[in-house]
Amino acid sequence: MARISLVGLKHSYLAHPAAPDDWALKELNLEWQDGGAYALLGPSGCGKTTLLNIISGLLQPSHGEVLFDGRDVTPLPPEKRQIAQVFQFPVVYDTMTVFDNLAFPLRNRGVPETEVRTRVQQIAEMTELSATLKKRASGLSADGKQKISLGRGLVREDVNAILFDEPLTVIDPHLKFQLRSKLKELHHRVPKTMIYVTHDQTEALTFADKVVVMNMGQVVQQGTPEELFLTPHHTFVGHFIGSPGMNVLPCEIDNGNAVLKGHRIATANKAPAGISGILELGVRPEFIHISDTGLPATVTGLSDAGRFRIAQVNCLGQTLKFLVSEDHPIATGEVHLTFDPTHTHIYHNGWLAGQEGLA
Amino acid sequence: MNKAVNQKAWFFVLPVLVLVAFNAIVPLMTVVNYSVQETFGNNQFFWSGLTWFTDVLRSERFHASLTRQMIFTGSILLIEVPLGVLIALAMPRKGIWVSICLVLMAMPLLIPWNVVGAMWNIFALPNIGLMGKVLNDLGFDYNYTRQVGDAWFTLILMDVWHWTSLVVLLAYAGLVSIPDAYYQAAKIDGASRWAVLRFIQLPKMKRVLTIAILLRFMDSFNIYTEPVVLTGGGPGNSTTLLSIDLVKIALGQFDLGPAAAMSLIYFLVILLLSWIFYAVMTRNEEW
Amino acid sequence: MKRTSWLVPTIYILFLMLPIYWLISMSFKTTNEILGNFTLWPQHFTLANYRTIFTDPTWYMGYVNSISYVTLNTVISVTVALPAAYAFSRYRFLGDKHLFFWLLTNRMAPAAVFALPFFQLYSAIGLFDTYLAVALAHTLFNVPLAVWILEGFMSGVPRQLDETAYVDGYSFPRFFTRIFIPNIKAGIGVAAFFCFMFSWVELLLAKTLTSVAAKPIAATMTKTASSSGYELGLLAAAGTLTIIPGAIVIYFVRNYIAKGFALGRV
Repeated sequence: MARISLVGLKHSYLAHPAAPDDWALKELNLEWQDGGAYALLGPSGCGKTTLLNIISGLLQPSHGEVLFDGRDVTPLPPEKRQIAQVFQFPVVYDTMTVFDNLAFPLRNRGVPETEVRTRVQQIAEMTELSATLKKRASGLSADGKQKISLGRGLVREDVNAILFDEPLTVIDPHLKFQLRSKLKELHHRVPKTMIYVTHDQTEALTFADKVVVMNMGQVVQQGTPEELFLTPHHTFVGHFIGSPGMNVLPCEIDNGNAVLKGHRIATANKAPAGISGILELGVRPEFIHISDTGLPATVTGLSDAGRFRIAQVNCLGQTLKFLVSEDHPIATGEVHLTFDPTHTHIYHNGWLAGQEGLA
Repeated sequence: MNKAVNQKAWFFVLPVLVLVAFNAIVPLMTVVNYSVQETFGNNQFFWSGLTWFTDVLRSERFHASLTRQMIFTGSILLIEVPLGVLIALAMPRKGIWVSICLVLMAMPLLIPWNVVGAMWNIFALPNIGLMGKVLNDLGFDYNYTRQVGDAWFTLILMDVWHWTSLVVLLAYAGLVSIPDAYYQAAKIDGASRWAVLRFIQLPKMKRVLTIAILLRFMDSFNIYTEPVVLTGGGPGNSTTLLSIDLVKIALGQFDLGPAAAMSLIYFLVILLLSWIFYAVMTRNEEW
Repeated sequence: MKRTSWLVPTIYILFLMLPIYWLISMSFKTTNEILGNFTLWPQHFTLANYRTIFTDPTWYMGYVNSISYVTLNTVISVTVALPAAYAFSRYRFLGDKHLFFWLLTNRMAPAAVFALPFFQLYSAIGLFDTYLAVALAHTLFNVPLAVWILEGFMSGVPRQLDETAYVDGYSFPRFFTRIFIPNIKAGIGVAAFFCFMFSWVELLLAKTLTSVAAKPIAATMTKTASSSGYELGLLAAAGTLTIIPGAIVIYFVRNYIAKGFALGRV
């Protein structure tokens, strides 16, 4: 079990980084509580795998420290940090049986055979591998192999944290759902710290209690899935989370209030005085409503998204999307829109106004 | 991939078929022809059935060269395969030295075979060659032109020099294709260096090693030029391997019947052994 | 990886370079110096051997002949192999697996078995002592290899490419030359490399099928060794020159070797 802290972490793959772009990870400070389920969410190349490998010890950071329960483990190699990692595609020892695969980490550490047997059977039952224990690992399907990788991570009692690097990438879509739920269930039974790296928001939001959103080597926001949805700290988080993503419109500021082509828009936050730079208004499609008065807009498209429909409109020269329920009739042509003030925010240079730089 | 059934595909294959058939079937027909006939000159041939075959199979000479060939092939396989794998394992995986290493190692493979033989012929001469002179100076009584043991030693050393790089290149290709994640997982699982070799590297190299072993087996069984230029088959006939003997009989003595019979037996032996090797190495495997 | 593991490849490479060094150093010595006393490097450095080779037609024609038939063989082998490999890769047809296997068995054939038959065959059709004879003879071994390599690379190109081209209205020849071949450039390179390599190094068939006009350098070298009684310096120079085409070819494909010798099936 461990509380994991990252202090002043920076990493570059180059020997002599000069420009900001040379840094794969820009300055980071993070703290993860013991036993929590966390997700690292971000697009490809944002640095999440780099971060994961630094935590597990497969990579040495250029600057900064990794602490487990306050102890500096930065100089330690992976086998001394007592972590487990599940990789993007299944890593199994092909020539061994499933049983031997699960037993491998324990046998390498000299655990007595009787204990090995009990432990392996326990884990096999948890990961639904009991029926295949005697089979050769190479004969299993991709999801079976990933379960073996997972099992190898769980089989050691002294594991501090389990790290997942996009583990569902090679799994068939219809099995992904099963494995996702299995992982969540496992976390309830085995309360170890679990850190899950992915670019898929559904995986992150279902699995984790708290999500860390990253982009271009920086942490953009961390919080519960709700917080990220309702109060994105950055337009990036707004775009990335939610389907469709948040609508972002350029606006002007008048006395701290947002103004959209002459229309005053009520927002949850106010812009500080004397502000200049890129000013935008962010509102999620879920929080735009049709009413009798409000901003004029022309409906340009309507698409079906299952339980609701997505309407696309042209409002004051900007394209907006919002949700309409199936049975709500919508007239084509002119409509009026209102934005829910509690869920409309002003953004300055991408960041939530009044909270710049605070992740 | 899903292939469509299309008999017109035969047209695509026709050029290859014609070329290879011309080169393979026509000569082999000639060989079969000669192998069952006897001649006393003047282009008159008599049917002799399986006489030549039984003669060859019973002849001391054939047994001797076959034995020598087996010893040779066995020895080089036992040396070149482990050595090649060892070198591939010890090579850097990334970096500038990789290219340089591979290019230098590939050089022996592209030298005409007679030059390889000639090179070693000169290199190993007792008083003039670098290796010959050094060995004699060190106290060994070394003369490959006169002593059988020395001849075999030089022959095998030459083949190791010539072909180990092929094993290295193939093994290296197999090693390099192993994704990093396997090594990372092994680290986390606390696996020893030996365990990594046994459970990750060797299994993943199985396919390339099969190709390497098959190629080396076939080519060494068929070897002709290098030993001929190095020792001429001597001293005496101590290094006369199968191909050398066959060419002596066919092109030297123009003994058409025995040569033809021996050719067919030779071809069948190598087909059979190759098939056995292949079956043994790929059993239980999803190919 | 242990710290000293670089030692192993280093020692191996040194071992490889020794006989080559000896050959090169001998090529710059006079035969007297070679037979007289043992010297580690040329005491009386001379270019006489090379001069002979570059000025005497019996010598330099050998190189010309060799390069000629090797190039001819490579072109023929790859050209006929391309359609065949395409057929194996894209279609199933009667006897396809057997044909493929039969092709591979030819690669295993001992050249010695074909020495006499080829001699008779090519004499009979009047091709004895020509480039074409050697080039064709070598196709026995090179074509199966080329087909095997090319098929592996072609199988890596998805059928959708073919289908899209047909839908776009390409005729088959245009599709093959304009679209397909650029996609398998690497495969063609690898196949050509192996064909070149095998044809360049092979001696028995090349010698058997030639006498004067198309005599490869290899044959000229062996003639020297026996008749004029060990003109070692000359021999060494001739040998050294044969290493150069190989070195050039390796240099050009070095990136492919570094990327792991991908035969497409490895």
